[in-house]
Amino acid sequence: MGAQKKGGGGARVSEDAEEQSHQRLQAILLADSFATKFRPVTLERPKVLLPIVNVPMIDYTLAWLEYAGIEEVFVFCCAHSIQIIEYLEKSEWYSHPNLVVRTIESHKSISAGDALRYMYEQQTETSQIQGDFVLVSGDTVSNMPLADLIQEHRERKKKDEKAIMTMVIKQSKSSSLTHQSRLGTDQLFIAVDPLTKQLLHYEEDKIDHPRGSVCLDKSLLESNPSVLVCNDMQDCYIDICSPEVLSLFEDNFDYQHLRRHFVKGVLVDDIMGYKIFTHEIHSSYAARIDNFRSYDTVSKDIIQRWTFPYVPDINFSGNRPLKLGRQGIYRACDVIQSRSADVGASSVIGYGTKIGDGDKILNSVIGNGCSIGSNVVIEGSYIWNNVTIEDGCEIRNAIVSDGVKIRAGAVLQPGVVLSFNVVVGRDFVVPAYSKVSLLQQPTTEDSDEELEYADSSSRTADHLSGLNLQMESKASELGPDGAGYIWEVCEGAHDEEWKHSVAPIPEDKLAEITQAIDDDDTDDESVVPTSGELKSDADSINTDMNDPNDDYYDFEKEVEGTVLRAVEENIKVDLVTLEINGLRLSYNMESADCAGATFYSMMKLAVDTPHNSASELYKNAASIITKWKELLGFYVKKIDEQIEVIMKFEEMCQESPKELGPLFTQILHLLYDKDVLQEDAILRWAEEKAGADEADKVYLKQCETFIQWLKEASEEEDEDDEDEEEDD
Amino acid sequence: MPDVQSMVAEFVNKLRKRKIEGSQATAKCTVELLRSVISHQRVPHANQAAALIDAVKAVGQQLVAANPVELAVGNVVRRVLHIIREEDLSLTTAAMAGLDLLDASDDDDIDNCKGIGYPAMSAAVVAAAARSTLRPPSLQTLLEGTPESATVPYTSSSGADSESKSKSADKSSLTRKLKHDVIEGVNQLIHEISGCHEQIAEQAIEHIHQNEVILTLGSSRTVLEFLCAAKEKKRSFRVFVAEGAPRYQGHLLAKELVARGLQTTVITDSAVFAMISRVNMVIIGAHAVMANGGVIGPVGVNMAALAAKKHAVPFVVLAGSHKLCPLYPHNPEVLLNELRSPSELLDFGEFSDCLDFGAGSGSLQVVNPTFDYVPPNLVSLFITDTGGHNPSYMYRLIADYYSADDLVM
Repeated sequence: MGAQKKGGGGARVSEDAEEQSHQRLQAILLADSFATKFRPVTLERPKVLLPIVNVPMIDYTLAWLEYAGIEEVFVFCCAHSIQIIEYLEKSEWYSHPNLVVRTIESHKSISAGDALRYMYEQQTETSQIQGDFVLVSGDTVSNMPLADLIQEHRERKKKDEKAIMTMVIKQSKSSSLTHQSRLGTDQLFIAVDPLTKQLLHYEEDKIDHPRGSVCLDKSLLESNPSVLVCNDMQDCYIDICSPEVLSLFEDNFDYQHLRRHFVKGVLVDDIMGYKIFTHEIHSSYAARIDNFRSYDTVSKDIIQRWTFPYVPDINFSGNRPLKLGRQGIYRACDVIQSRSADVGASSVIGYGTKIGDGDKILNSVIGNGCSIGSNVVIEGSYIWNNVTIEDGCEIRNAIVSDGVKIRAGAVLQPGVVLSFNVVVGRDFVVPAYSKVSLLQQPTTEDSDEELEYADSSSRTADHLSGLNLQMESKASELGPDGAGYIWEVCEGAHDEEWKHSVAPIPEDKLAEITQAIDDDDTDDESVVPTSGELKSDADSINTDMNDPNDDYYDFEKEVEGTVLRAVEENIKVDLVTLEINGLRLSYNMESADCAGATFYSMMKLAVDTPHNSASELYKNAASIITKWKELLGFYVKKIDEQIEVIMKFEEMCQESPKELGPLFTQILHLLYDKDVLQEDAILRWAEEKAGADEADKVYLKQCETFIQWLKEASEEEDEDDEDEEEDD
Repeated sequence: MPDVQSMVAEFVNKLRKRKIEGSQATAKCTVELLRSVISHQRVPHANQAAALIDAVKAVGQQLVAANPVELAVGNVVRRVLHIIREEDLSLTTAAMAGLDLLDASDDDDIDNCKGIGYPAMSAAVVAAAARSTLRPPSLQTLLEGTPESATVPYTSSSGADSESKSKSADKSSLTRKLKHDVIEGVNQLIHEISGCHEQIAEQAIEHIHQNEVILTLGSSRTVLEFLCAAKEKKRSFRVFVAEGAPRYQGHLLAKELVARGLQTTVITDSAVFAMISRVNMVIIGAHAVMANGGVIGPVGVNMAALAAKKHAVPFVVLAGSHKLCPLYPHNPEVLLNELRSPSELLDFGEFSDCLDFGAGSGSLQVVNPTFDYVPPNLVSLFITDTGGHNPSYMYRLIADYYSADDLVM
C-alpha cells in the first residue's frame, strides 16, 4: 500500500488483518456540488440543506452513512459553509453516539478536485484519512449497505495494489428518445470487464451525436478477453477510494471533476496503471440529486418507498415522522384540511399546514407551516416551508421555496422555480421554466458549465443585502404587488431547460424529438439536423437552429461591410481578400458564395452611391467594377462561380427592376469586357435559363442580342481554334 | 445516568432504522434496557413507585415512537410498568400489615390479614381497592363491593407515615426493597421471554401427531423450535413451507428444517389453497396478538387462514406472551402495518423505465406491506408459553399481564 498507509500505520506493529479491523470506517462528504444547476435557490442556501420530501438532503446522506456503519464523516463545506455548520451543530449529528461528524471549511475550493487536495493538505493527527474511505456528495440518497463493499475493496486492494477505487453503479434505463437518464443526467456509456468488474471506459454522453457513437480503444479489446459495454447504467457517485486517490489529486493539480477529469485521467494513464473497479447494486437504492429533474425523480422514489427506511413516516434523523395513509398519502397529524379539499395519491403534507376549501393536490410535496387558500390547484409541485398560497392559484410542476407568497389567482406554469421569499403578484402568470429570485441574476454568468464554481455563488451571496435595497426601489417583474426578478435564461441553456426541470418533458417536445429521429433515419446525409434539439450545447453554431439561408444572409452582410470599408478606406485588394477568406472559413461557405456576396456588395455600393439617372448609375458601377475587378476575379476562377455571379446579379435586378433592371445587359457586357466573366459562363447561364418560366426570362431576353453576339464570336473562335489545331 | 441516556438513544436509533428485527429480540433488548433504566433511576423517599413508573414511561414512549409497528416494545414496557405497580402494591400491603404480621408479603392471599387489628384491616382494604385499579373490573371484584372511600386511607397512609421513627427506618429499607423487587420481577420477565420458545415447544408433542402434514408460512423461530421439538420426540410428519413472498423467508426456514432432518416441501404462497386439502394443521408464528384474539402475522397469512377455514383445518398460532398486545386492531393509534421497499418485489433497474413520472404517462406503483391481519374467528388455537388458549380467552390473559392504567402511554 501507498505512502499514506505507511505514514498512518508505521508506529503500529500490529498485523495487517488486525489493523484493518481496527481501522475506522471513514467517509468524505462533499457538502457542495460545485455546480450551479440549483440556482437561483442555491444563492441563498446551500444545496445540501434544501429539503427533499421535507428533510434536508444532507440528513439522508448522513443517516445512510451511519446506518451503513461509517464511523467518521468529514463534511467538506465550501459555499455557505456557515449555514451548513450551524445546521449540523443544531442537529443530532454532532452528538451522535456512533458517528463522528467533523466539518472542514474551505472557501478557496472551486471543484471536487480542489476539495480533495485541500483535504490532503489539511490532514492532521486528529482528523486524518487513515485508510480506504467512502467519497460521496451531500446530495446522495441511498440505502445500500457499505460494509461488504468496503471489505470487497480492501480484499481486492490487498491482491492488487493498483485497484484504488470502486465505483457504485446501478441499472437504470435511459429514455431512448431524450438520451437522458431518469435522473436527468446524460446517458452514460461504460465498458466493464465482466469477470473482474474493472472499469475500462467511461463516457458521459455530453457531446451527443444524434446517432451516438462510442469510441473504444483498440488496446482494450486486446488486453481483455471480453468487454461489456452498457448504456443502461447509472453512476451513483458513491466511491470507495484508497488513500492513493487523494495523492493522485495532489499530483494532478488539473483534476477538477471527479468523473470527467479524475476517472478519465486514471483510465487513460497507463504509466501509473491504476485501476478502477465497479460494483453494481441491485436491490438497494442509490441516486444523486444533480438537477431539478433528479430532485423530482428522487422525491417520487422516496414517496414510493424505494429508499426504505429513509421514508417520511420513519423518524430516521430527527425529522418528525408523518403518518402514511391510503394511496401513499403522507400527512402530519396536525394538518388542518378542509373537507372539500381533494388530496390525491402520492402526496406529502407537513406539520402545521392548512389546506382550504376545494383545493386539489396531486403528486405534490407540501412542507411545514404552509397555508393554502381555497380552490388552489397544486400538481406535481414541491412547496417548501412557510409558503402562503392565496385563493384560486394554479401551481403545476414547480418548486416553491421557503417563505414565498403567491397572491390570489396567480399561475405558475410548469418548470417554474421560485427562490426564497419571492412574492408573486395577483393574477400574475409566471411563464414556464422561469426562475425567480429576490436576487438579481449574477451578470458574470459563465457560459461554460464547468467554470461555474462555488466562488461566484458565495460572492453573489455577499451582495445579498445590497441587492435587497435595490429591490425596494424597483417595480417588480412579478406584477404590481409582487417582488422578485425573473432570471433570464441564457441562450445556450434554453435548450436544456426542459430537460432538467421538474416538469415532465412536454408532449410536443417528445413529438419533436421523435420527428427528428425519424427524419434522421430517412436522411442520413443531412449535415445539419432539421432541428437543433438533439444537439447539446457543446457546438453552439448548430444549436442555434439556423438554416443555411440565415447563415448566408449573415455572411453576405459581413462581406458587404468589409467591401464597404475597403472602398472607403481604400484598402489593398490582398488584404480584403484575406478578410473575406477569413469570413468564408468561419461561415463555412464556398468560394461561389464569396463571389456572389462580393459582387452583391459591389453592386449595392454602386446603387447606394447617389445618382440621378441610369447612366450615372452605370458609371458608378463601372468605376467600382473596374477598380475591384481583381477582388472579384479572385473568386470567379471557375465557370460555376461566374454563373453564380450572374444569377446573383439577376436576382438583384429582379429586386430593384427600376434601377438596375435596364442596365443588366450593359453591366453584363462590362463584366465580360473586364474579363470577370467568360463567355462560356454567360452561355451556360443562358442555356440553363432557356428552360425557365417566361417571367424568369426577362433578363435573358434583354441580353439576347449580346448572347447572340457572343455565340457567333465563340463559333468564330472555335473555328479559329480548329484552324489553329489544324495549323498544328 | 448519562450512560443510560446514551443506551436509550442507541436503542431508539436502532429501532428507528429497523436494525432490529423479530419481536423476541426486540422484546429482550427492551426489557434489558428498562432494567438498567430502573436500576439507575434514583428513587425519592415518597412515592417511589410513581418515580419509577414515570421513568419507565418516559423511556417507553420514546421507544414506541421510534418504531410504532413493533408492538412487542409497547407490550414489554407495559409489562414492566405492571410489575412495578404490583410490587409496589404488595409492599404497601406488607408494610401496613407488617406492624402486626411480619410475613404478609404474599399479596395473593387477602385472607391472611383477616381478623387482625384496625390497621391491618385497612391494609387489606387498601390492597383490594388498589388491585381493583390494577385489574379490570371482573364479576368478583364487583360483587365484593369494596367501598370507594377505601382508596383514601391508601394515599393518606403512604403520605403521613412519618410519625414513628421505626417507620421511617422501615421506609428506607422499603425503598431498596421496591427497587430490588422490581428488578427481580423484570429479571423474571427476561427469563420468560428468552425461554418462551422452549415453553411453547414443550407442548408440541400434544399437537403434532404421527404422519401428519403441517403447513407453515414464512419463517418464525418459534415454529422452527416447535416442529423440531416434535421431531425430537420421534414423531414423523411432513412440513409444507409456503415461501412467504416477497422476502422468501420460507426458504430459510425450509433450509433449517431440512438440516434438522424433517421432511420438508416448499410451495409458493399461491399454492396454499391447492395443498390445504392434504394438510392436517396450519401452524404459524405471529408478529403480535391483539386483545380481541386477532393475529398480525407475515403477509399472506390471512389467505392461508381462509383456506384452512374452508377445509376445516385447524389454524394454530404460536405466540410468546410478549406478543400479547393489550390494544385492539381497530384503534387508529395502532399502526398495524409497514410498507417496505418495493425493491423486495422487483428489480429497480429492470423496471426503471416504467417508474418514470417524467414521461407524463402512467407510472408503475409498487406496494409492499409487511404484515397481514387474521381475524379471531379464523384462529382455532393459540399456543403461548402458558398453554393453549382460545382466541376469546386472549382478553383474560391480557388482563393478567397488564394494568388498565398503562394501556394508553
